[in-house]
Amino acid sequence: MRHIRATVDGEATEFLCDEGSTLLDALRDSLQKTGTKEGCGTGDCGACSVIFDGRLVCACLVLAAEAEGATVETVEGISKEGVLHPLQRHFLEDAALQCGICTPGFLVAAKNLLERNVDPSEEEVRFWLAGNLCRCTGYDKIIRAVLNTAAELRGESS
Amino acid sequence: MESNWDGSASPFQKERKLAHVTLPRSLSEKVEGELELEVDARNVRALIRALDLRFPGIGEILSGQTAVAIDGEILSEAGIEPLSAQSEVHFLPRVGGG
Amino acid sequence: MSAATGEQKFRWVGTRPVRPDGHDKVTGRARYGADFSLPGMLCGRVLRSPHAHARILKIDTAEALALEGVHAVLTGDDLPDLTSSEESSSLSAASRNIMARDKVLYHGHAVAAVAASTPEVAREALALIRVEYEVLESVLGIEEALADGAPLLDEELRTKGEEDPKPSNVAAKVMFSNGDIEVGFALADEIVEREFTTQAVHQGYIEPHACLAQMGEDGKATLWVSSQGQFAIRSMTAGILGVELSHLRVIPAEIGGGVGGKTTVYLEPLAVALSRKSGRPVKMVMSREEVFRGSGPALGTRIKVKLGATREGRLVAAQALLHYEAGGFPGSSVQAGAMTIFSSYALEHLEITGYDVVVNKPKGAAYRAPGAPMAAFATESLMDELATRLEIDPVDFRLRNAAKEGVQSAFGPRFRRIGLVETLEAIQAHPHYRAPLKPNQGRGVAVGFWFNAGLQSSASVNVNEDGTVSVVSGSPDIGGSRASLAIMAAEELGIEYEAVDVTVADTASVGFNDVTGGSRVTFATGMAVIESAREVIQQLRERAASIWDVEVDQVVWQEGRACVPDSKEIESLDLKAIADQAGETGGPITGRHSLSARGVGMGFGAHICDVQVDPETGRVEVVRYTAVQDAGRAIHPSYVEGQMQGGVAQGIGWALNEEYIYNADGELQNPGFLDYRIPVASDLPMIDTVIVEVPNDGHPYGVRGVGEVPIVAPLPAVANAVCAATGVRFTDLPLSPPRVLKGIEDAETVS
Repeated sequence: MRHIRATVDGEATEFLCDEGSTLLDALRDSLQKTGTKEGCGTGDCGACSVIFDGRLVCACLVLAAEAEGATVETVEGISKEGVLHPLQRHFLEDAALQCGICTPGFLVAAKNLLERNVDPSEEEVRFWLAGNLCRCTGYDKIIRAVLNTAAELRGESS
Repeated sequence: MESNWDGSASPFQKERKLAHVTLPRSLSEKVEGELELEVDARNVRALIRALDLRFPGIGEILSGQTAVAIDGEILSEAGIEPLSAQSEVHFLPRVGGG
Repeated sequence: MSAATGEQKFRWVGTRPVRPDGHDKVTGRARYGADFSLPGMLCGRVLRSPHAHARILKIDTAEALALEGVHAVLTGDDLPDLTSSEESSSLSAASRNIMARDKVLYHGHAVAAVAASTPEVAREALALIRVEYEVLESVLGIEEALADGAPLLDEELRTKGEEDPKPSNVAAKVMFSNGDIEVGFALADEIVEREFTTQAVHQGYIEPHACLAQMGEDGKATLWVSSQGQFAIRSMTAGILGVELSHLRVIPAEIGGGVGGKTTVYLEPLAVALSRKSGRPVKMVMSREEVFRGSGPALGTRIKVKLGATREGRLVAAQALLHYEAGGFPGSSVQAGAMTIFSSYALEHLEITGYDVVVNKPKGAAYRAPGAPMAAFATESLMDELATRLEIDPVDFRLRNAAKEGVQSAFGPRFRRIGLVETLEAIQAHPHYRAPLKPNQGRGVAVGFWFNAGLQSSASVNVNEDGTVSVVSGSPDIGGSRASLAIMAAEELGIEYEAVDVTVADTASVGFNDVTGGSRVTFATGMAVIESAREVIQQLRERAASIWDVEVDQVVWQEGRACVPDSKEIESLDLKAIADQAGETGGPITGRHSLSARGVGMGFGAHICDVQVDPETGRVEVVRYTAVQDAGRAIHPSYVEGQMQGGVAQGIGWALNEEYIYNADGELQNPGFLDYRIPVASDLPMIDTVIVEVPNDGHPYGVRGVGEVPIVAPLPAVANAVCAATGVRFTDLPLSPPRVLKGIEDAETVS
């Protein structure tokens, strides 16, 4: 067992983990942050996307022990003081989710994109989100929601 | 030929008092080839009973394994669905959905 | 119930409000199948067969049981043998599918399960279970299954519907016919005939199967599960375990996609049985690999179709021979394939024969319009070819032969009012249809049909003390149906949409509901909600009448208020005011309705697809796509569009990439999202949608089901576009780069 100290969604957090357990296991099982989803466990679906020290990663491919001293942001930290992030709002207004299981990963990945590039082209959005699988929407409304959010963040009306 | 495959004129629009019933081809043997027949019945359950009297054993198949279409509407649970003199009744395989 | 007129005025129907469960789903608060935990919970895991076909000689679980931390081990012998009970042949197959007895029928078939203190101990325990197999020759395709002397999956299996059947791998034969096929083809000036094949594909929902079960010593159990129907899970789990329905409460988790694949059980009876054995709660979650190996795909097909038409473009005869793989147990979607294969057209002479074939692959499960996409691939490819040969515009050719009201369907009954003609006219009028194409691009069109389902639903509408409204349904929400139910309740009651919330209740808290499937929830459960709301309105009028001391018939419910028309003295009362006085006027105001839905409206769609084919690599890219569909009435247009876009994306995946790949021993080679590649965002263009509304007169607002139709047309629409781009008629899916490249090269060699 390892004792890990990390900042998760803005809070100083401690947890115990086995050598072999993943960050996803730690988030879901030790910290009860079940908002981050497991779709494959092999880094192919992006449902477990989190921001790890500023980088977009699949939590299923990161060892929990690697989180020592790290800052981890999950879907549960995106809204602040009860106010939805514009991405979350646009996902709702644009009906960018159906079953919703992939939504946490998409939100985390898209937020990371917009923090780097607030004026992405449709193609850039599609390639940035190519590591996140959605089986329900055909991606159309997801891409629109991200582009509409970007426009809002740039101060343009969408 | 009296068929109305293009919907132009129905052969069933002439005067008749009985429901017109079509059975699935898979039952051909059990009904001695009589896949289209006229039956006097007030609802689907009574219709199946009447058919079972005529072709013993068929009732169980019809009530257990088929859906019923009445005048073009497919019903999965059609037991007491009323039939009128003009009803066109088709027994069909049951189809689920995704 | 009053029928839709097409001229109704609505306040909420047709608008696009935020879904009631939306906030939970963008903040991570929504709880899916794997998100539940209980104190003392054990981890359940399944041991799966390494062989595609083998006899189980012996299972020794002693060592596994002796391992510290192992609380229970389960094999087929622990479940009641349902084989002899005739009525439940499907339940018996489901039981043998979730836990093999005697024989394993596919690579990944469950043979044992354990419940242990941790996942690590569970994994270790599985490795200690000794299974002795007698490996048998496996049957991996239709060809092999039908061959003389083919190994039999089930020595007792005989072909249902065949005269004098001998044991075989063909479980059933289905037939439909009309007119005289020989007469029909004699009338034809052009005849085309080809054989088409499709491969096994998975529904591909992103959430793996997951559940948590707890059974007490009194034999009563609770199950938290992600599924398309808590009542279906209850009846199958109870049936397989021999538990009374009232002793099993199934609580629906949010569901992370189902697409048909979550209408049956895999883990649930095992989790309950392990909980019964161990006396502890047991949670079971499939890995992605297990989802591919052990849950139900839509399997492979081989379909031969022959079509004949006159020079003027009138279809005169159609013949089809369908073989559908069922997987290890009978029950492919061949019946629906046979019923839908010619359903889009008026045909005087037709003959359809279908066979249900067992093979050593996972037991198939429903997949969105089960059976129809493969059938449409065959027919719509040949319709395209006929149109080319006859030099008729492909949409015109379809319009000349399109099914419409009064036409006798290929499966028997006459069509009621349907919107195929309207959808075809809409694609013809769409700018996409005439947009210029670039080199190496091609355009294809195709139509798709699905029956849609009604089935049974229950709902209640409860007026809360503060005048807000709680709708309770038993239909899991997979694609925003809570929003459509809330819209319909608000519309009927004449109140704000935001005043309505919708809960999907457990099996003890609402009347029976069939699964969320068959595109039925907004239609059928929606009708139950509308009727419940109307009952509430009746009560509201009664309460107002008693408050005012007037006759009920004098009270009218209008725009969310009770009023007495023409009365100057009586001031109208809104829902809140009446709810406030509910206690003194007779108690809580609640409406409730259960139904076997009547009035299902069948659905059609017409699609345009543009592809670009790289002649160097054979890679096909969909560059533009337009889907048109008759929704009858779109309650929440965004979610109707979403169904269309999602169905199209799945269909494109089926057409271009997706397939189960087996080695010679029947081992699945690509059980993961890396190698079984579903479309990703960068693979697809925006998917343009046009909703056509030909109201279904069987529904008060005109609703038709919309979820399944959109997956039917993409397979042929893509293939027709590839044909237009390359000049090669491809008959085998998927159109992966090697296959397309070979097709192009072969065609060049010939010419």
